[in-house]
Amino acid sequence: MSDDILWYFARGTGVVSLVLLTVVVALGVGARSGRTAFGLPRFAVNLLHRNAALLSVLFLAGHVIALLFDSYANLDPIDLVVPFVGSYRPFWLGLGTVALDLLAAIVITSLLRHRLGARTWRIVHWLAYLSWPIALPTGWARAATTAPGGCGRSRSAVSPWWGRRWCGVRPRRSAASRPATNAGSHHDWPFRQRRPSR
Amino acid sequence: MTDSLHIDWTACDGRGLCAELLPELLAEDDWGYPVARGDMTVPAALEPAAREAVDRCPALALRLVKQVQQVSQVRQPSR
Repeated sequence: MSDDILWYFARGTGVVSLVLLTVVVALGVGARSGRTAFGLPRFAVNLLHRNAALLSVLFLAGHVIALLFDSYANLDPIDLVVPFVGSYRPFWLGLGTVALDLLAAIVITSLLRHRLGARTWRIVHWLAYLSWPIALPTGWARAATTAPGGCGRSRSAVSPWWGRRWCGVRPRRSAASRPATNAGSHHDWPFRQRRPSR
Repeated sequence: MTDSLHIDWTACDGRGLCAELLPELLAEDDWGYPVARGDMTVPAALEPAAREAVDRCPALALRLVKQVQQVSQVRQPSR
């Protein structure tokens, strides 16, 4: 059960981090082009870019730490640094590791920007255009583990309804573990019931 | 000892963040490059804003220099 919580937490933080990173990249591209969005002054876009980036790092840390302790993902600490050596879906996990490493380089050089100089910082910062497209399919592929042909563990952990539909598997979270007040619709958890039950 | 603002014109890209953060000291020309309003001495009240402007400059073209230091850096033109 606590394992489930870690898995949910890892997913949630991962998605939020990815969404924030998307915003960060968009703001960065926008700032570089010289135009500003929403009528914001340039320094505000700049600060938003930085703060959203740091916030996404925070969520990413939650994502990584949760997965580190999740028994199913079965991460070794070396998976945080060396890509493609994991045990659970090593390719997709490896993409996440690559994205994490690139992001670490970007964040560290950005924090040390004034010591490194603009030139070095900018060269490393270009890695953002690499790390974001790498991070994107990581999240997408993990989400797709619920899709046909990818009936992994998350068939029940992420979407019991989806898992039942595509994998022909009843959710692990059985009716017995939940109050029977909404019996017959527990498959739809955590979604809202779609049809009013008679 | 007060600080003075120094712009590295070879690095300045005219992004215009500094003039937004320090409107008391810097104006912006038509191309976004900063124009000094005065002698670029930073009053104590503006020091946090000046540090922020230095920190946020995308081209790292803005610096705070100690005025004493700056005076010692001034050299007589050679003949």
